[in-house]
Amino acid sequence: MHSVVLTKGVPDFREGQVSFDEDGHLERGATPTVMNPNDEFALEAALQTKVKRGGRVSVMSMGPPGYESVLEEAMSVYADDLYLLSDREMAAADTWSTAITLSAGIEKIGAADEQGSSSPAEESEEPDLVFAGFKTADGETGQTGPQTAWCLDRSIVTHVVALDVEEDEGRLRAKRLVEGDPDEIETVETSLPAFVVTDPEFEASYRRAEHRLRHKELRAETEERVENYEDHLTTWSAEELDLDPDFIGLDGSPTIVSGVDPIPKAPSEREATAVDPDDPEELHAVLETMRPLAGGD
Amino acid sequence: MTDDYEHYEAVVVGAGPGGAAAAATLARNDVETLVLERGVEAGSKNVSGGLVYAEESAPYTLSDLFPGFREAAAERPVTDYYLHNVAGDRVKTFDITDLHDHDTEWSEAVLRRTMDSWLAERVHELTRETGGGLLTDVRVEGLLREGGEITGVTCEELDPIRADLVVAADGVNSELARDAGLMDWEEPEEWFQGVKAVVDVPEDVIAERFGIGDDEGEAHLFSGDLFEGVRGGGFVYTNRDSLSIGTVFHLDSLVAEDAEPHELLDELLTHPLLAEWLDGHYDEVEYSAKLVPDSKKVAHPAPHRGRLLAVGDAAGQMQAQGPIIKGMNHAVTAGALAGEAFAEAKLRNDPASAGDLYERKLREEGVMAKLRPQGYRLTSALGERESVTDLADAVLTSGVGRRAIRLLGDRLEGLYSSPILSQIVPDTRTPYVTMPTVIAEELGERVDADPDYEPKSLLDRIGDLTYDTDVGDPHIELRDTSAAASGAAVAACPVSARDFGGGCYREETRKTNGHEETVVSLDTQPCVECGTCAVVADTEWEHPRGGKGVEFRQG
Repeated sequence: MHSVVLTKGVPDFREGQVSFDEDGHLERGATPTVMNPNDEFALEAALQTKVKRGGRVSVMSMGPPGYESVLEEAMSVYADDLYLLSDREMAAADTWSTAITLSAGIEKIGAADEQGSSSPAEESEEPDLVFAGFKTADGETGQTGPQTAWCLDRSIVTHVVALDVEEDEGRLRAKRLVEGDPDEIETVETSLPAFVVTDPEFEASYRRAEHRLRHKELRAETEERVENYEDHLTTWSAEELDLDPDFIGLDGSPTIVSGVDPIPKAPSEREATAVDPDDPEELHAVLETMRPLAGGD
Repeated sequence: MTDDYEHYEAVVVGAGPGGAAAAATLARNDVETLVLERGVEAGSKNVSGGLVYAEESAPYTLSDLFPGFREAAAERPVTDYYLHNVAGDRVKTFDITDLHDHDTEWSEAVLRRTMDSWLAERVHELTRETGGGLLTDVRVEGLLREGGEITGVTCEELDPIRADLVVAADGVNSELARDAGLMDWEEPEEWFQGVKAVVDVPEDVIAERFGIGDDEGEAHLFSGDLFEGVRGGGFVYTNRDSLSIGTVFHLDSLVAEDAEPHELLDELLTHPLLAEWLDGHYDEVEYSAKLVPDSKKVAHPAPHRGRLLAVGDAAGQMQAQGPIIKGMNHAVTAGALAGEAFAEAKLRNDPASAGDLYERKLREEGVMAKLRPQGYRLTSALGERESVTDLADAVLTSGVGRRAIRLLGDRLEGLYSSPILSQIVPDTRTPYVTMPTVIAEELGERVDADPDYEPKSLLDRIGDLTYDTDVGDPHIELRDTSAAASGAAVAACPVSARDFGGGCYREETRKTNGHEETVVSLDTQPCVECGTCAVVADTEWEHPRGGKGVEFRQG
């Protein structure tokens, strides 16, 4: 069982980390880059698959060389190996050209496995599962996952909150939120290979002691590995991925951003009138004020 | 689905010293062993006064089972042991190091978070080799029974697990021992309650004020009139750079006097001797509490049922040898004997005989004789009647008694240091309160020092503790809210007090139809999981889920 987890570096939007200029624009240079918070759920889902079914977890990101630290952060959750797709030609990509680049990377991992594996039967030619987190904290489109799945021509399950892989039958069973509603959960099945987008409601479940012991062991291993994470990192350029520069980066992006408008801030002060609850006249006045807002009458 | 249950040869519940000893012994005998601990880390749920012993006569000690234990996980060896008899500001101090040294290979002051988490790491390594291991954040809630037989455990966080051996090392509030019918929570007379404050004091200040070197440490006990007549005493133990300061009282006496445990602790904290030691350095970092079983009354003579073997506090194996309390050493011995018993039984192809073998080993190795000394049974039958106590107190406080005390003078120190006498002291107010008070009045010297600090309020003590509250899922339910059934908990609970709204238990006056009644209400948020209310109130008492509830940093 081979899983690839996609992750992205995003500005750290947490209070105390993020900086904005006077016009409300993000100061990218003054704001640290971190792993997209939603991607942690994708990593946990991949780790759960490894704990229960064995295999390997690769983590992949597209970005400048500085994104190595994002992959390091991912490895601190769990990763066997790391892949960074990094090239000037890939810069300023929208979700579409990002999906093309990532899918090329995922296919190359499969091909590399085929060549590198001493016993070909052990490794399938493409990863059984690709995981992504539910939308990034900066773009917030939620498109990259589905578009990458489309490029790879595999079935996709989104808003996944629980997961079980039946490797022998080549199937995946998942619980997912219907249209992202936490109160409406459906169970779906699909065949492997598949693409899974985890919901922030995803919870790994370990009901067997052997799984918890394995989890503890894998976590200890990855903590050790992360200290020399560079040794487990492979960087691929556009050329190595055999990508046409016209289809990636800014040139390959059909999206046009016409402008960015700051969202006006809500007023910090509001007018308030104190009402004596024991005074029926005052209460009546409140009701009269509210009547036009209530609709109907 | 039941065919899908996991199976381990042995499941050890609880990663305190008893569980650690059992697991290490099992693992060394190639028994596949799984250890389940409900805290976020071993030690995070555990409190002790703070002295652990290795007895010369014991078949197993912590340092036998875990080489390097003393250097890595203990605070300071106890090289001097004192008993302070207190009457007001008069103190008569006996050096009882001889009693302490009796049968002692070594003794160390410990803090349980450090100690137990260190042991747990070793245990995980050892048990991992057998195909098992140690897991935290898992609460075992009961016994798995199939066809009327105990066949394993049930957990909140895991599916049921089958095992050929279940070791209940789940502490003083053992849910397994209760499930198996080995222990109950009925009689306050069978329990002590301990309350402790850990106070940070710099290492050089400890060295200077106690006059001790790097490899030395002291233990101090207090008895007399400083605890409002409640039967029990206080202690101060030196750690590397902190002091463990606490009190231990008979639970029935606490209830009878309607005493507030935290206030009794404050009495000790503000005593002139403490004022000298803590001057300028009262930095209390953790308040904690625990029930202590009185092995003389509750140590189970046959602590096993089917595949279940109980060790340590879960089996009532906590010995109060006069003023000296020994618990962890017996848990270690019992844990190792339980492991040994199973390994032998398995070798004989008769694992079901492990319980009987364990019981026999406890007896033959002399553990039971220490836990339930013969002498105590004789003296308690005679000496614990109220009329006898009244008579003894009357004689002691009379001119005759006082003259006898004066005549005995320093020879009393020798009597107090007698291991045999210390085992048979009756549990009455005479040895705890009357005798030390008279000794201090007749022989003591005045100590005058005023504390330059105020003990922390209960509110601050609770506020300093770390909790991961299981919101909406309280682990204790009050079955009977009447003051008659559960009112005692308001004072006896160490994190509750009369006229204090921020604790677990409080009394409220409810008016209905011109009718007034006092009812007891419960909020488990500040609970330190000591178990006091399970004994003194009418509750449905369970431990919180794995990883939830209070988390001790010192312990």
